[in-house]
Amino acid sequence: MDPFGSYKFAISARATDKQIRKKSQDGGIVSAAYIHGLESGLLDGVIVADKGEDFCAVPKVATTVDEVLSAAGTKYTTSPNLSVLKNAVREYGCDKVGFVGTPCQVQSIRKMLKYPVGYRHVPDKIALVMGIFCMENFPYNGLKTIVEEHCGIKMEDVAKTDIGKGKFWVYSKWGDVKTIKLKDTHPYEQQSCHVCMDYTAELADISTGSVGSPDGWSTIFIRTANGEAYYKAMEDAGVIEIKNIDDVKPGLGLVEKLANSKKDNNGKERAHRKEIGLPLPY
Amino acid sequence: MVKVAHVQLSSCCGCLVSLTDTYEKLLDVLGAIDLVYSQTLADVREVPDDVDIILLEGSVCINDHHALETALACRKKAKILVALGACAASGNITRFSRGGQMSKPVHDAFAPLTEVVKCDLAIPGCPPSPEIIVAVITAALEGDMDYLEPFAELAKYGSEACGCDLINKVINKSLCMGCGACAAACPTRAVTMECGRPAIDKEICIKCGTCSVQCPRIRFPELIEKIE
Repeated sequence: MDPFGSYKFAISARATDKQIRKKSQDGGIVSAAYIHGLESGLLDGVIVADKGEDFCAVPKVATTVDEVLSAAGTKYTTSPNLSVLKNAVREYGCDKVGFVGTPCQVQSIRKMLKYPVGYRHVPDKIALVMGIFCMENFPYNGLKTIVEEHCGIKMEDVAKTDIGKGKFWVYSKWGDVKTIKLKDTHPYEQQSCHVCMDYTAELADISTGSVGSPDGWSTIFIRTANGEAYYKAMEDAGVIEIKNIDDVKPGLGLVEKLANSKKDNNGKERAHRKEIGLPLPY
Repeated sequence: MVKVAHVQLSSCCGCLVSLTDTYEKLLDVLGAIDLVYSQTLADVREVPDDVDIILLEGSVCINDHHALETALACRKKAKILVALGACAASGNITRFSRGGQMSKPVHDAFAPLTEVVKCDLAIPGCPPSPEIIVAVITAALEGDMDYLEPFAELAKYGSEACGCDLINKVINKSLCMGCGACAAACPTRAVTMECGRPAIDKEICIKCGTCSVQCPRIRFPELIEKIE
C-alpha cells in the first residue's frame, strides 16, 4: 500500500520566525505559510481553527498576522473548517483563500473543487490547500473527558495540548503539565475517523506534521505544482529553514509506519462495516 | 455542433441566471454549442425535434397537462435529458406547494422531473453553481462518463433529498467527521455545525439536496484523487 499518496518531494523544516515557533505546535509551518501569504499578497484570507471558549476549536476566517498567531497550535477536536469557506469569499471578499485541514477536510475541499454544486464562485478563490497529518480526532466532549477526568485540568485552564512520545499532553495556563497514555485516549476517538485511510493529507497541495522530524521541526510533503510554487516562494523569502529529510531522525520511516498502521487498522474497520452492511464513502 | 436546448417548467429562472452567471465562460459554452431553444436567450418558439442535450429546469405541475406534455416531449426529443437544478432533480421548494396561488389556484401538486420521466443526468442545487453547470455541460460534450456518474445516479435515485440525508446517511451511519462542507454549501443557511455535526433547521431547509451532494462521506468519486 502506498503510505503517503503522490508527492513531488519531502523535507524537514521549521519557521525561521521565533515568534511563530513559540506559538505554534511544532515547526510552525502552517502559520509561517499563512503569514507569508498574507504579507506577500499570495493570500488575502486564511481559514484557521481558532481557540474558542474553554479550548474548543472554532473555524474562523483570518485576514491578519495577529489572528493567525492567536489561532496557532493543534486543538485535537473537530473544527468544521469548510463551514466558513463561503464566508471568506462572500463576507470577507477574499480572492485568494488559504485553507488548512485534516486529511478528511482536504478530501472535502477537493470534492468541492471538482464538484462545486453549492459553491458559486468559490473554487477559483482557493489559492492554497494545506493538510496536517492526522491519526484520528476527538469530539469536543471526548477531549474534555480526557483533559478534565483523566488529566485533572479544567478546559478553561488549558494553554496547549500535544501528542508525542506515546502520550497525550496537557499544559495548563498555570504551568501544570499532565499526560495520559495515548492508548487510554482511544475510547474517546471520533468513530467516523475509523473509515479514513489517509494519514498524511494525500490530496493537499502541501502536507505537514511533526512526525518524522526532530522536536520543533515539521515534516513536509510538497504534492502539487501549486504547492511547489508556494513552497518555493516561502523558501525564497526565507520564512522557513530546511533540512534534508534523509538527514533527520526519526525520518520518513516513522511516518510510513504510522501511515501504514492507519491504513491497516482502518482498512479492517472498513471491511468489517462492509460485512455487516454499513455504507462507506464510495 | 452539439445542439442544446434550455426548457423551463415550474421554476424561478434561478438556474438560468446561474448559467448566465458564468460570465466570459458563458461565451465559451455558447461558442461550443448550438443553442436551439431557450425562452430567455434565443428567439425560438418550439423545441426542435432532434436535440443532443436538453437542460430542463423546474418541477412538473401534474395538475397541468401542458407541463406533463412538455416533460414527455423533451424526453423524446433529447439524446441526453438533464434535470437542471433542485426543482427538476429533487423537487426542491415546490415540494411544499399546496396550491392556492393566483392565477392558478388549482395547481397544487408538483413532482420533480426525475419522477415523471427518465432523466439521464440530474444537477441539484438551488441554484446549481455556474461552475457545476459548465462542468456538466462540458463533460457531457466530451463524453466524460466518469465525471458524470454521480449526476447519473442522482437522476435515478436522487429524487428524495433534503437535510435529513445528513442525519440518515451520514451521522446515523457513523460517517460524519465534521468538515462543514454541508453547512457552507446550504443556500438557505439551514445547516449549522453544532458539536462538530450538522444541525438542520427543517423550517428553513428547502429540500434542494445540496448538502448531501456535497458531502464527501456519501459519495467520493475516485477521480477527485487525481491532483497535480
